[in-house]
Amino acid sequence: MNLKLRALTKSLWVFHAATSPCNNCDIEILDALTPRHDIERFGMVLAGSVRHADVLLVTGVPNYKTKERLKKLYSQAPKPCLVAAIGNCACGRIMFKDSYNSPCPVDEIVPVDVYISGCPPKPEAIIAGVVKLINKVTSSAKGT
Amino acid sequence: MSHKIVIPIGPYHPLQEEPEFFRLYVDGEKVVDIDIVIGYMHRGIEELSEHNHFDQVPFLVERICGICSHSHPNAYVLAVEDILGGERNVVPERALYIRTIIDEMQRIHSHLLWLGLAGHFIGYNTVWMWAWRYREPILDMFEMITGNRQHYAMCKVGGVRRDIRPQDIPILRKALDELVPVIDMFKGAVMDDPVIQARLKGIGILNRQQAIDWCAVGPTARAAGLDIDVRRDEPYGVTDRLKWNVIIEKDGDIFAKTKVRILELYESINMIRQCLDKLPEGPIDADIKDIPPGEGIGRVEAPRGECFHYVRADGTNRPIRHKIRAPSYMNVASNKVAAVGGTISDAAITLAAVDPCYCCTERTAVLEKGSEKKIMNGFDLIKLSQEKTEKIRNNKDNRD
Repeated sequence: MNLKLRALTKSLWVFHAATSPCNNCDIEILDALTPRHDIERFGMVLAGSVRHADVLLVTGVPNYKTKERLKKLYSQAPKPCLVAAIGNCACGRIMFKDSYNSPCPVDEIVPVDVYISGCPPKPEAIIAGVVKLINKVTSSAKGT
Repeated sequence: MSHKIVIPIGPYHPLQEEPEFFRLYVDGEKVVDIDIVIGYMHRGIEELSEHNHFDQVPFLVERICGICSHSHPNAYVLAVEDILGGERNVVPERALYIRTIIDEMQRIHSHLLWLGLAGHFIGYNTVWMWAWRYREPILDMFEMITGNRQHYAMCKVGGVRRDIRPQDIPILRKALDELVPVIDMFKGAVMDDPVIQARLKGIGILNRQQAIDWCAVGPTARAAGLDIDVRRDEPYGVTDRLKWNVIIEKDGDIFAKTKVRILELYESINMIRQCLDKLPEGPIDADIKDIPPGEGIGRVEAPRGECFHYVRADGTNRPIRHKIRAPSYMNVASNKVAAVGGTISDAAITLAAVDPCYCCTERTAVLEKGSEKKIMNGFDLIKLSQEKTEKIRNNKDNRD
C-alpha cells in the first residue's frame, strides 16, 4: 500500500451533500460525530468544503435542482474521492421514484462506492459502512 | 447606497445541514437586504400523496421532515379523522394518550437538537456536543417504544400502530427524570453565560407587530409575545386534559427564542409524565375501513409551530387533494426583517434562530434552464397560462 492511500484511510474527511433528503440521514451523520458514537476518534472529520474532503456522503433523492449541484460537487472534490450513498432514498429512491421531481438515483450521477441502507441508517450502520469502504479501498490497492 | 456587495451563503455551506441559498446584500458589515432562494428539497410529496391510499400516506408525509416526523402524520390523520367526524369521536382513548406522549417526546428531541445547532452556529461547540449527547437517551426511548430512532410510524387513521408496553413505562419515566437535571444545566449554561447573552440579546429582533405581519408561528411567535399555541387553542390528542403552560417571552430576540425552547422542554416532560399517570387501558386502533367523501383539516403544534394539513376524499381509497403547510414556511420568510439591520457575523445565528426546516417547507419548485435565469411573478404565470390556452386553441382550430 502506498503512502498516499495509507494516509487516506487513516483519516477520512467527510463532506455531506444533502440532495433533498428528509434531514434524518444528515442528523444521523452528525450524530455519529457527537459523543455517543464519536467517529472523530477514527480520524473522521466533517470537512467544511468539498475541496478538503475525501468522502462524499450523499443523502436523499436528487431532484432537478440538486442533480446539477451534486455533479459540480463531485467534480470539485480532489480525487480519489469516495462516495457513500446514505439512506434508502440515496440507495434506491424508495417511495419517491414516481415523483415528477426525481430524475434519477444517485448512482447515475456520481459513481457510488458504498451503499448504506436504512431509513435512516443508525449511526452504527454508518460507521460499519465507512469501515467497509476503507476495507474496499485497501483490498483493491493490495490486488493491484 | 451606491454599491451593494452580495455575500452568497449556500447551497452547500458548512453552516447548513440542508441545501438552501441566501443572498446577503451588505453595506460594510451591515446586512441591508436578504434574498432567500429555496427549492433544493422539493420532492413532490403532495402529488405523490394523491397516488397512495389513505394508509400509505402517513409513511410518506413522515418523510417530509425527519425532525418533526410525528407532527406531519399526526396532522394528516387528524385531517382524515375530521372527515370521519372528529378525532375524539373516532380514536380510542389510549391512542390519544400515546399520540400526545410521542408528540411531546419529539418536541424534546427537536428542541435539544436546535439548542445544539445554535451552540454550534455561535462557535460554542461544547453546547452542541452536550445537547446531542443528552438527546440520545430520548432517541433510545423512541427506539424502545416505536422501533426506530427517527421516523416513528406511530400514527394511522383511527389510532396508533404500536402500543406502549407496561414494562416500558418505568424506563421512560427514569429517562425523563434523568433529563431534568440536564435541562437545568443547560438553563444555567445558556442563560447565565455572559458570552452567550452578549451574542444573542438584542440580535435578530422580530417584534410583536412584525411577527403578526409575517405570520410567524410556534416558538418564533411566542418569543415575540404572541400568545398562540395549537395545543391550547385547538386541542388534539389529550393536550386539553393536562396541566401545562404556554411559554411566552416579550423581547423577540434570539435569546428569547432560546429561552422559550428551553422552558418548553420542562413543559413537555411534565406533559409526558401526566400522560403516563393517566394512560387508560383499552384498544389502540378503531379499525377504520372506509373514508367517506368530504374534506377535513388537521392542525398540530409541531416543534417549529403550526403544521397544517388539508385532505379531500371522494369516497375512493386515495385522497384526491392533500395540501400541506409546514411551520417553517412562514418562519423562514420572517428572516427578511429579523436579519436585515444586523451584522454579517450575526446573520448565521439569526437565520438559524427560527429553527428552519427546508424539507418541510418546499412544496413548489421553479427551474432555471441553462443560463436563462428568470424569476416569475404572478403576472408572468398568468401570462404563461394564457399563452398555453391560446396554443391549445390554435391547435384545435387547425385540426378543425
